[in-house]
Amino acid sequence: MSETSTKKFNIDTVENAAVTPDVQLPWAELGLKQNEFDDVVKVLGRRPTGAELAMYSVMWSEHCSYKSSKNHLRQFGEKVTEEMKKDMLVGIGENAGVTNLGDGWAVTFKIESHNSPSFVEPYQGAATGIGGIVRDIISMGARPVAVMDPLRFGAIGHPDTARVMHGAVAGIGGYGNSLGLPNIGGEMVFDSVYQGNPLVNALAVGVMRHEDIRLANASGLGNKVVLFGARTGGDGIGGASVLASESFDSTKPSKRPAVQVGDPFAEKVLIECCLELFKGSLVEGIQDLGAAGISCATSELASNGDGGMEVELTSVLLRDPTLTPGEILMSESQERMMAVVSPENVAAFEAAMDKWAVEYSWLGEVTDTGRLIIKWEGAVIVDVDPRTVAHDGPVYDRPFARPEWQDALQADTFTGSVQDAARPSTAEGLKAAVLELIASPNMCSKDWITNQYDRYVGGNTAMAFPDDAGVIRVDEETGLGVALATDANGRYTFLDPYHGAQLALSEAYRNVATSGAIPMAVSDCLNFGSPEDPDVMWQLAEAIRGLSDACMELGIPVTGGNVSLYNQTGTTPIHPTPVVAVLGKFDDVARRTPSGWAEDGQAIYLLGTTAAELDGSEWANLRGHLGGAAPKVDLKRERELGEILINASRDGMIDAAHDLSEGGLAAALVESSLRNNAGARVALDEVAARDGVDIFTLLFSETQGRAIVSVPRSEEVRFNDMCTARRFPVSRIGVVDAAGGALDVQGLFTAPLDELREAHEGTLPKYFG
Amino acid sequence: MTETPLIGGATLAPVDARLAGARIGVVTFPGTLDDRDAIRAVRVSGATAVELWHADSGLGGVDAVIIPGGFSYGDYLRAGAISRFAPLMSTIIKAATGAASSNPLPVLGICNGFQILTEAHLLPGSMIKNDHLKFLCRDQVLRVENNTTAWTNAYSAGQDITVPLKNQDGQYIADEKTLDALEAEGRVAFRYVGGNPNGSRRDIAGISNAAGNVVGLMPHPEHAVEAGYGPGHTGTDGLGFFTSVLNTLLGGN
Repeated sequence: MSETSTKKFNIDTVENAAVTPDVQLPWAELGLKQNEFDDVVKVLGRRPTGAELAMYSVMWSEHCSYKSSKNHLRQFGEKVTEEMKKDMLVGIGENAGVTNLGDGWAVTFKIESHNSPSFVEPYQGAATGIGGIVRDIISMGARPVAVMDPLRFGAIGHPDTARVMHGAVAGIGGYGNSLGLPNIGGEMVFDSVYQGNPLVNALAVGVMRHEDIRLANASGLGNKVVLFGARTGGDGIGGASVLASESFDSTKPSKRPAVQVGDPFAEKVLIECCLELFKGSLVEGIQDLGAAGISCATSELASNGDGGMEVELTSVLLRDPTLTPGEILMSESQERMMAVVSPENVAAFEAAMDKWAVEYSWLGEVTDTGRLIIKWEGAVIVDVDPRTVAHDGPVYDRPFARPEWQDALQADTFTGSVQDAARPSTAEGLKAAVLELIASPNMCSKDWITNQYDRYVGGNTAMAFPDDAGVIRVDEETGLGVALATDANGRYTFLDPYHGAQLALSEAYRNVATSGAIPMAVSDCLNFGSPEDPDVMWQLAEAIRGLSDACMELGIPVTGGNVSLYNQTGTTPIHPTPVVAVLGKFDDVARRTPSGWAEDGQAIYLLGTTAAELDGSEWANLRGHLGGAAPKVDLKRERELGEILINASRDGMIDAAHDLSEGGLAAALVESSLRNNAGARVALDEVAARDGVDIFTLLFSETQGRAIVSVPRSEEVRFNDMCTARRFPVSRIGVVDAAGGALDVQGLFTAPLDELREAHEGTLPKYFG
Repeated sequence: MTETPLIGGATLAPVDARLAGARIGVVTFPGTLDDRDAIRAVRVSGATAVELWHADSGLGGVDAVIIPGGFSYGDYLRAGAISRFAPLMSTIIKAATGAASSNPLPVLGICNGFQILTEAHLLPGSMIKNDHLKFLCRDQVLRVENNTTAWTNAYSAGQDITVPLKNQDGQYIADEKTLDALEAEGRVAFRYVGGNPNGSRRDIAGISNAAGNVVGLMPHPEHAVEAGYGPGHTGTDGLGFFTSVLNTLLGGN
């Protein structure tokens, strides 16, 4: 029985639209503004059909069109030097940017958000977040090789946090583990500002040979357009349901989930099947189906190509045969891809599909009309210039202004505040403070989460969380590889959006350099509140300006990313949270530097100097204070520190390195000791005197541009000479005491590693079981 | 400077010229994940890896077979329940039970491969969801209880080895009679040490058939064959599985 023959729709054809200009369409329910609907009518020269309205409404949404941020995002493309461009093979605008790794290898990576679905339905929201970003990577012609997931949830003790935590972590694990992609890192931050708006960001990285790079465009007259993978269902159709008026089928299933449902097995098969297509050069262009589904894929492929496209919508294989044309166009069913195949490759394409038992259907072909034509049983229901759908959406210059409260916020420093009344100063008090810090929700061990992710699969994971960066070997012969780190600090960015975004970049850059890799490229996921709030819009504008300035200064380009707006509950936005991912390169991952020391007797050095910077710190956060100035940004120093850490790795001068960031020196010393269960004896008086700070400040300040390293005795002279020659501040603060079983801060306290471990690792199991 | 490279380099086992002639098949099902890792482990051991496809029925003349880990067919039904019916499995079952020759085919099932072997009744018992109901990935210490099988003879009896464990359905169960028989016949090949990670009966991590040619276990030895990519940045304790089978094939055991 043919699925379409039993369907009865009021099909709104282009012909019909032309003669019925006064039909009322539910454009407002679909999220379009009056001026936007007027624009659609102007572009078409008539009212849109129901199907066209569905396409424009979803493609002109904030999520797909970047209409509020576009004017600002432009800076990422403008503040770029020729030097920064030299390794960029594909820039912003494609599914993901591509960077040259050398030896004929290329790497592509991108970070995206799946925030609101993960609040509504944490398991599927987080799972399909992984699925979507992985398909972006496949679309470039790459084999995905790893994933990462920066997470931000509400207060750790809030009853709803456990729901989101269990669901999102299980979803990321359940989906990612089934794809055979190691999860190599991420972040976990708890803060009540994310209670009603958790942030679930997902990063994927893939590698390919240069000749395998694929782009999303439909070119070549007569080439075939094919949809393959999962069938199209009613999940994730969101607003399209208001177009149900086009259906008068009373047997239609009434409630379908707004959140997409993932099928990781289908995705795994899709990955292998696509790689087989790439290997045989069987596709001319390829595009994954994510947000806006077929609307997005057809309009983007067609507008990026050199002609037009004509497809028959009834050829789409359906999971739910009652779907209307508008719903089919908007469906966000997962695990689908669209490709353009030349006629001579059709048979080979079908053989690859059959081998992997993947369903496919030929929808139409590339034309030379410059139009995107979509038909329903032969009748034209969409006839548009695809550029007007995919690229020429509305662009808004949203008003923004520095919030009135910003000055008062910045004036409210932690030092001297009520919350700072009982700052620890005794030996006993300092030890208790260290234990409290490392057991705190944001600084505690994340093993409870990462132990639910497969970090080994693929056999190329050279480092993974909790090391500073995840490291993946790309070429098994030479050891060529990549390092990745993601970072953001919402509190810093709330205090100072321009510098906060730069601090996120600084930390990710520092983490990559700490692992020994040379930073090369940036991807960012900008999580903010409503752009219609001038305060939030100012935060967004400042963050983008800050980030793009800093990328220019550090010499690493932004190759892609994502903007997630409207993250707020009522009128209360989240902290502005620009999550920055930095990708670095290793000639040979064998020289990567792990974060924990192991060899007894090695010297521990502190690189950089410490100032009294407690505003926005984890310590201030623990005391319930947020105000003052974010830590000072010093990109020149970050660059110098990076060069030292990279050289030290290359020349074998250090065996361990850990950057100092949230939680400062206290957190770093504990983490480096616990990593391999090897203790240390440190003396801090001298360096405190040098920097003119007290011991508490030295331990808890979050001054940037610092790291601790462990240096074999035989390398100490060379290491010191290198730092001296570069005039970079360095201080020998202690030695590794592998058998001592304690972190001994001389003259102050001795903390047994067992006690530190219990504090550090007990927190998440206590809250989440 | 650290004397030995932290990663790579000195990880290859001494290669006997005869070893390269040994051909070890690695099966891929839809949803298999650790096939490339098993292939690498075979190569590191000095033998030649041969890719096998589930839908074929011929073994291509391989000397032994590894069924690697993953989520074949998504594990949406019982883990391994669909894969067990693949054409290639019929051939493997025949070859492993000696029906086709007097030298039964050595077969190693890792994780999902172990689950497939129990579904195929080459090994007794079954795996259910971990008792804590979560996916668990960690470095796991195993005790080698039987070092006389085709896949364990490179170890000493009672030796502790560390290899990664990573699964959702890893809890080994069987009825008491089967468990008693496994113990009595020395067919418990590996036991978890330092804490049972999933509630497996009698801490059982892996078992063998009576002839010792078929071995299945939940942990992943193929992820502990190259220093730098396994447990603790240096662990290569899993390599013994792959050298064991070469000993067997070369008549050393």
